[in-house]
Formats: sequence, structure tokens, C-alpha cells
Amino acid sequence: MIDLKGYGPALLEGAVVTIELAFFSLALALVLGLIGASAKLSKSRVAIGIATTYTTLIRGVPDLVMMLLFYYGGQVAVNNLSDYLYDAYDIDFFFQFDPFISGVITIGLIFGAYMAETFRGAFLAVESGQIEAARAYGFSRWRTFHRIILPQMLRHALPGIGNNWQVLLKTTALVSIIGLTDMVRVAEEAAKAERMPFHFFIPVAFVYLSLTAGSELFIKWLNKRANIGVVQGS
Amino acid sequence: MPEFLAELLNQNDIFTAPTIMEYWGGLVTTVQLVFLSLILGLLVAVPLAIMRTSKNPLINGPVWFYTYIFRGTPLLIQLYIIYYGLAQIEGIQQTFWWDIFREAFYPALLAFTLNTAAYTTEIIRGAIVATPSGEIEAAKAYGMSWALRMRRIILPSAARRGVQAYSNEVIFMLHASAIASVVTLVDLTGAARNIYSRFYAPFDAFIFVALLYMVLTFMLVFAFRKLENYLLQHQRPVSG
Repeated sequence: MIDLKGYGPALLEGAVVTIELAFFSLALALVLGLIGASAKLSKSRVAIGIATTYTTLIRGVPDLVMMLLFYYGGQVAVNNLSDYLYDAYDIDFFFQFDPFISGVITIGLIFGAYMAETFRGAFLAVESGQIEAARAYGFSRWRTFHRIILPQMLRHALPGIGNNWQVLLKTTALVSIIGLTDMVRVAEEAAKAERMPFHFFIPVAFVYLSLTAGSELFIKWLNKRANIGVVQGS
Repeated sequence: MPEFLAELLNQNDIFTAPTIMEYWGGLVTTVQLVFLSLILGLLVAVPLAIMRTSKNPLINGPVWFYTYIFRGTPLLIQLYIIYYGLAQIEGIQQTFWWDIFREAFYPALLAFTLNTAAYTTEIIRGAIVATPSGEIEAAKAYGMSWALRMRRIILPSAARRGVQAYSNEVIFMLHASAIASVVTLVDLTGAARNIYSRFYAPFDAFIFVALLYMVLTFMLVFAFRKLENYLLQHQRPVSG
């Protein structure tokens, strides 16, 4: 076993932070993706416009820039709001914008845009006959959505969700730049203090590698499950 | 500088001439870094992709390992390992390499090149593997050697199939280059961070740089659309 010079527990805690960050971001991204895809497929021009602007803006801007904007900008916005509330209504409200929340918001927003594209394609892949049949049975819109469309679109969306998840996992490393003590941050501090970069960064790289490799297997398994009963052309 | 522009710049406190020049310097660094790493990455990726399609495990195994490692870990970690790690290599400070790698630009360039080469290798491999077998059979029937077949048939055909995925990789690289700012490089993001800390104006500093990145991204998207049209012009429907 390699000697981590007493940084072992901190690195482990950092790894937990990384995983929590990834899961919270994924949850936000899935919700935003569903909303975005529904908006893009709706008949409302306003909804389509908002969703298209959202996905286009996200694709044009680097994740790190967006993270810096939310982290530093978010704090300034909260400070201004708190000043305003205090002056106008005498309400004492303050909220420290921490890196974890900024990270979840940024990563969730970014991958929400990618998920929206994935879900849009998957929704379109559900045969319209299925939806017509549901309507003919008198299913309400919501019931059609969660009984007929959602289970069938998931099969088409899974590969895309899997790819997005793999990229998302690696993007979490960026949150160390705005000061979150995840495993990258701990490793960086340890590497600087001990002057041993390889010693600390390579184990962290391995943790990421095993996370991506593990997810790959899990996604493969999910895919297999979701495609049970589907005859595939060979 | 035109008169009206000078006047406009004098009207605000943040976007003065020095600020604009700082962003300009950042733009130059970002473009250099991204452009060089993409060119070098592509040059490395073509032979690696050919090796990756080899049936000999001694040839394709190491390439698989390389792409697996570089695609499975965050670029930030790779950058840290190279940036902090190179300085720790025994004796490097006495060689001429140290003159090169002492500046942050070159470790960043090396990390970005290795990263993009790994992704590009897999893109090209996918495109090579998808070559219709009839094309290869036809080339063999014409008596083309392996090298000629590769040069005249397989690689051009793979380029057409891979260009779309490659355009995504190029945009990804432009966006990923923002992390160069963490190893003291003043690229576009680095310039924005400097401006932010000088004026404590996050919205001005970061929204402006976000717009610059957006312009660069859409220029790339436009250029790749042109390239795709050019490469796939034989597939265009005949009109009129």
C-alpha cells in the first residue's frame, strides 16, 4: 500500500464529496433535461425559444467560465439582494454561496442542456401509434406520459445519458478550482506541501478511472435490461 | 484607435484600453494553445488510430491503454500531473528541456495534446472500422498495396465519416482550454479572472469572456459546416 503521508482520510472524504457532487448534479441535469426536451417539443413558441436559447448558450461557453460566473457572480448577487432587503424591508437575510452549491448548479445547468437534446431525440423515437393508442384508451396527458412515453423513451435515452454521465463525472474535477475540498483539491494541496505530485495525483486519477470504468459496466447492464424483449438486427 | 471607440472606452471604468488589451493577450494565448494542441494531437492520432485497428494485441493493446487512461480521467488531473510532475523529474532542471517546460504554456500544451490525441484516436478508429468492406475489396482487386490503400481509400473515407465527431472534439478542446488559467497561464479565462479580481466585477468580467468564447465556438461550428459540405459534396442531392 502506498504511503499517503497522513492525507489518506482527507482524500477519502474528498472522494465522497466528488461522488455526492456528481449525483446531485446528475439529478438536476435530468430534471432540467426533461423540462428542456418537453419545452422543445411543445407547441408554444415562447417555450421553444427559451429552451433553444438555453441549449445554445450552454454549448457556446466553457464550463469553467460558467462556474466562475455562478460562484463569484452568485455571491455578489446575494450580497446585493441582502443589502436591498435590509434597506427596504429591514429583513436580515444572508446566504453564503458555497462552492458545492455553485458546482451543482453549474454542472446541472450544463448537462441539463445536453440531456435535453438526448431526451428530445428519445421522445421522437417513440412511435406515434403508441401515443395515439393511449389517447384512444382515454389516458390523460400525464398518464400517457408516465405509462407509455417515459418507459419507452428511456430505452432510447440510456446510451446518451450514459455518455453524459461519463463526461459529467470528469467535469466535477473543475469544482476544486473554485475552492471545493474534493479529492482533486486535497491532492493538489498535498502534492504542493510534500513536493510529490505523482504520489498524490496518480491515486486520484485511479479513483476517477475506476468510477468511469464502473459506470461503464453499470450502464451496459442497464442497457441490456432496458432492451429486454427488443429484437435487434444483427 | 478610432475616435468614437476611444470615447466609448473612456465612459466606463472597467472596459478601458488596458482591460481590452489584457483580453486580447488572453485571446491570443487561447487560440495558440488550442490550435497547436489540435494540430499536434491530430498528427499523433492518425498513426495511433491505424495501430489501434491492428489485429496484433501487442500493437493495439498499448494504444488502447493510452486512450483508456486519458479518456477515463479528468483533463485537470492530467494537467496537474504534467505541470507539477515535470519539475520533479530527477535532473530535468539541468537539461535544455527545463528552458521549455519552465513556462506554463508548454506543460499545458503537452497535456492538451495528449488528451485530444486520445479522443481523436478513438474517433478515427471508429471511422476506419466503419469503412465499407466493398471499398477495401475493390482496392485489393486493383492490386493496391496496404500503404496505398490506407492513403487513397481508407483514410479519406474515414475522414468523411469522422469529421462530424471531430468537430465536437474541437469545440470541447476550446472549452477545456479554459483550465489553462489554473496553472498561471493568462489565457482568455485567466484574463477574465484577473479583471474580476482587479475590479471585483464578476458579471462584467465573466460575461464578456463568455461572449468571446461563444463567438469563437460559432466560428468553429460554421467552419466545420463548410468543411463537411466540402467533404460530403458527392452525397448532396442533385438539384434542378
